[in-house]
This record gives sequence, C-alpha cells and structure tokens, in this order.
Amino acid sequence: MFKPLSQHLDLNNPQNLIAYQSTGGYQGFSNALNMQPQDVQQQVSDSKLKGRGGAGFMTGMKWSFVPMGEGAPQHKYLVCNADEMEPGTFKDRWLMEGSPHLLIEGMMIAAYAIGADVAYIFLRGEYRLCATRLQQAIDEAQSAGLLGDNINGSHYSLKLHLHTSAGRYICGEETALINALEGKRANPRAKPPFPQVAGLFGRPTIVNNCETLCNLPCILKNGSDWYQQLSSGADTGSKIYGISGRVKNAGLWELPMGTTAGEIFKLAGGMQQGLTLRGWLPGGASTDFLLPEHLDIPMEYDAIAKAGSRMGTGVIIALDDKHCPVGMVLNLLQFFAQESCGWCTPCRDGLPWAVEILTRIENGQGSQDDIDALLQLCGFMWLGKTFCALAPGAVEPLRSGMKYFADDFQQHIDHKECPHRH
Amino acid sequence: MNKTIPITLIDPQAEVPVDYREVLSQVEISAIEHECALYESRPAAAIDALQIVQRERRWISDESLYAIADMLGMSATELEGIATFYNLIYRQPVGQHVIHLCNSITCWLHDYQSIAEHLRQTLNIEFGQTTADGNITLLPNVCLGCCDKAPALMLDGELVESLDINAIDKLLQGLKGMNGMKGGENV
Repeated sequence: MFKPLSQHLDLNNPQNLIAYQSTGGYQGFSNALNMQPQDVQQQVSDSKLKGRGGAGFMTGMKWSFVPMGEGAPQHKYLVCNADEMEPGTFKDRWLMEGSPHLLIEGMMIAAYAIGADVAYIFLRGEYRLCATRLQQAIDEAQSAGLLGDNINGSHYSLKLHLHTSAGRYICGEETALINALEGKRANPRAKPPFPQVAGLFGRPTIVNNCETLCNLPCILKNGSDWYQQLSSGADTGSKIYGISGRVKNAGLWELPMGTTAGEIFKLAGGMQQGLTLRGWLPGGASTDFLLPEHLDIPMEYDAIAKAGSRMGTGVIIALDDKHCPVGMVLNLLQFFAQESCGWCTPCRDGLPWAVEILTRIENGQGSQDDIDALLQLCGFMWLGKTFCALAPGAVEPLRSGMKYFADDFQQHIDHKECPHRH
Repeated sequence: MNKTIPITLIDPQAEVPVDYREVLSQVEISAIEHECALYESRPAAAIDALQIVQRERRWISDESLYAIADMLGMSATELEGIATFYNLIYRQPVGQHVIHLCNSITCWLHDYQSIAEHLRQTLNIEFGQTTADGNITLLPNVCLGCCDKAPALMLDGELVESLDINAIDKLLQGLKGMNGMKGGENV
C-alpha cells in the first residue's frame, strides 16, 4: 500500500531538503510549475480531494472561486491552517514534525494553483518543535531557490512565512484566522464576502488545512487517477487516522480513506485490560458520539454523517466503561465555553450555562428540568442561531451524549450522585 | 480547577502617549520590525510583537503594552483586546518557570486531575498562582495535541508527555529554587 503522506516521515530526524528531494520530493511542485495554474486546479478537482480540517469541502471547488487570469487582483494569499486545537487531535503535529518539506511543497503547489504570491503557515503557539523544523525547511527551500523570486527560472515568485499564534481555538475558524493574521481580535467574519474573493487584507485568500496541503505533492506527482485508487471507498486518497483514550496503543496511522473505525481500534490493540468501549467520537471534540455498533462503518464523510456524526479530523476519542459519559460531556463543554470568542450571544452565554447545568448533574444536584434545559440549549446553539460553527460543534457531543447515555444522565438525577465516583 | 484569574484591564481613557523607543530594547525593536515586514500592515505583527517582548520580559506589563501599540501604530485598547484573547500571552507577572497542564478530554480520560492535585499540593498553590519564591507559575491549558502520550503538560514551552506522579516529582526537583516554597499569590 502506498503511503504518500507518511513515506517521508521521520519524527526523530526529519528529512532535510536534499534527502527529501532524493526520495522524490518537490517533483509534484516541479510538475505543477510546468502546467497552467488552472490545469493544476483541474487535477486537484479530478482527484476529489476533500479538506481534512473537519468540514470535508472539496479542495478543488474551494479554489475555483478565486479570481484568476488577466483581470484578477495582483496579490493573493494562501494560508495553511495549522492551528490544530481540536481536543483529541494531533495529526497535523505529526506531519509537520516528521515531514516539514511535504507541507512546504504542498503549499507551493496550492499557492501556484491559485496564483498567490505570499503564503503563511498559521501555526498554533504550543507546537514549538513544529515551528523550529518548519522554519528550517523554509530556510532550506529559500536558499535552494525553491522559494523567492522566479522559482526554478520560471515567472512564478512566492514568499512563505511562518506565523506562530498564541493559543486560541477559534483561530482555527477560517475567517477568525484571517482576522488573527491581520492582528485583529480573532472573531469570525460574516460571509459573504467569502475569503476566496476578499480575505486576508481584503485580497483573495485560500485557507487550507495542513493535512489537506500534504496530499497535494502526490496528486501532482502521480496524477488524480492514481490518487483516487488509493482508497476503495466513496472518498478518495489517503488519510491520517488515529485514536486516543484508554486504548492499548494510542497513535496515528496513514490508511486508505474509508478504513473502518473497527480496523483503527484493532491497530491500537483494542481497549486496555479490563475496559470495555462504550462510545467514541469519530474526529475530535466537536463530533457526535457513536457507539460500538457503529465500528463497521467506513470512516468517510457521508458514511459517518449517515450514522449521525461527522468525520471531523478522523482522529478518534474512545470512551471506556470506567469513565462517566456525563463527566466526559462536561469536560468537552468546559473546553468550548472557555474557547468561545464571545462574539455572539448563544455561544457566549449558552455554553457557560450548559457547563453550569452539567456540573450540577455530574455532582448529583441535577433535576429533571435540567435535562429539558440542556435539550433546549442544544436548539439555541445549533446551526443558524450562531455566528460560526463553534457552538454547534459543542452541541454535537452534548446532544448525542444525552441520547446515547440517557440512562447515565437519569441515574445522576435519580440517585443524586455520579455512579462512577466510587 | 479553572480558577478565575483576576485581570486588570488598562484604562481606555488613559491612552498615554508613550515613545516605544524609550521602553523597548534594540533587540526587541529589530525583532518586531522584522515581523512587520512580513505583513501588509504593521498591526498584523501584534501577536508576534507581544510574543517577542514576552520572551524578553516573561510577561506583558501595561508599559510594554503601550509601547508595542505605539510602535505598531494601533490603539492600546485594541492591543489589549488581542493580548487578553490568547492563552499564552501573560498580562500579569509569572514565575521563572511556567507549567501549563493539559485539562482537555484525552488527558481527562487519563486522570489528569490527580496530576493537577499533586502539583497543587506539592507547590502549595492554586492554578493561576505563582509560588511565593517566584519560581513556578501553574496554569491550565487546552489540548496540547499530545493525546497519544497523555497526560501531558508544557514546561516553559517544551512538551512533557506520559506524566505520572513520579515524573512530576522528578520534573519539579529539576527546577531550581524549590526551597522555601510557602503560599502563593495570584498572578
């Protein structure tokens, strides 16, 4: 099986430019540079690559809204969203620490395809080792003439800079990220205008997730048909899947898109001794709970959606039978309440309210009315009621947790204590 | 454990004129200028500038805040809105060492609470406080992206993984000035 995302990966001693090039690195970019930007876009559209940040939007389609050609604005931006702060997710860190040149090459391809002259990596502040290794890779590429003016003797020029953020989940939302890059408070922006038309500093801007960009070199090197055949399911290509929680071997694996969650659990060696799986979040804190009966479902966008959740980042969090589902939902909601930017009322006020109620229930002081209030809050904070997807993301584990673990919630209320606290 | 940390905001009425050259060092100024050159506007370097000054001075005082705002040509209140927005910008003094303990979901599943309790007891401070000798500040942090090696913390920007009580004891012993720890003060 081909592993285009991890074939260059070395976490202890990542490949330098020469090592990366001697194993086929920068060939994808080299191919792109010999094509028209629109043809690069077409190839990525044909590959059916979907964004790996969580929303799963078609990458080629996203790019297609950028103005191109003679009349297009002179300056355009490409931004790599490497603000990986989704609780339970650590795939982008793995790629950046282990294979920094892969991301740089992917960004160069994307930037060329949309005609961007400046690119930024928006990196979360806590990822210090990533910052060091990425800066090293950028410097190497710069010295070798892969970045800068007239790359490889062509008419194309690109500057690539590393921006390290200082820790705030909302910066992962693409319009909030753009505000953050402009040195503004990172509240999300109203859409339209969409960033593809008026983004960073008002110029056409594409924001792509780190893993998404890492898929581009192999598409440009081997073609879209080759890429599609990496997977046997409905979605194409390769995916970094992973799992954490009380499993035997938490970790990440590059697998064909559409691998089942059950196979990922198997790779992790199953649950730790004496523990049973009760539920799982398919791709981060902002995805709905699924149950052990859902383990045979392929980890694909539509299949997971059909089961009532979202693929999200594709990095699973496992809930075992020794941990309280109410406690888990409370921990997740505490995260979202803290990280709300405070811009819109349902999110700013609704999330702390949900935390207050959940705390009461978890401490055995909840009432039946609290359950109704929580369900009502799920409605107040759902899509269409809020400015961005943060609060709806928080609703997902809350509503599904209340649905699948209703007995646990009821026990807390009936017995006035958490059954797991003995 | 998320103890509320009292924050004193700057007075919007007191936009005192500050000449940044009198406050910031040459090293800080040139590092900030280097960042400014990477963006279309000077205020875009705000978060970089805050990080640069914090690296030199460990925290962002009101004086530093006014100076950075002056250098970037933005209002101090606007910069304050950014500085207080981020988890890793300290608007109050911190100790020689800063510990950020992850309290998100995977670390919760790995009982980070017992690590938190051990840290509080050993250091004799609450989260959001600094030891009396000014050596260690204890803060919570959202998911550090270390979920395969939970529980985890960040010590002075470096990740420390697979924590247990022994690892915490060793880590604290390694930090100088452990003696004479008494009570804490809010940071």
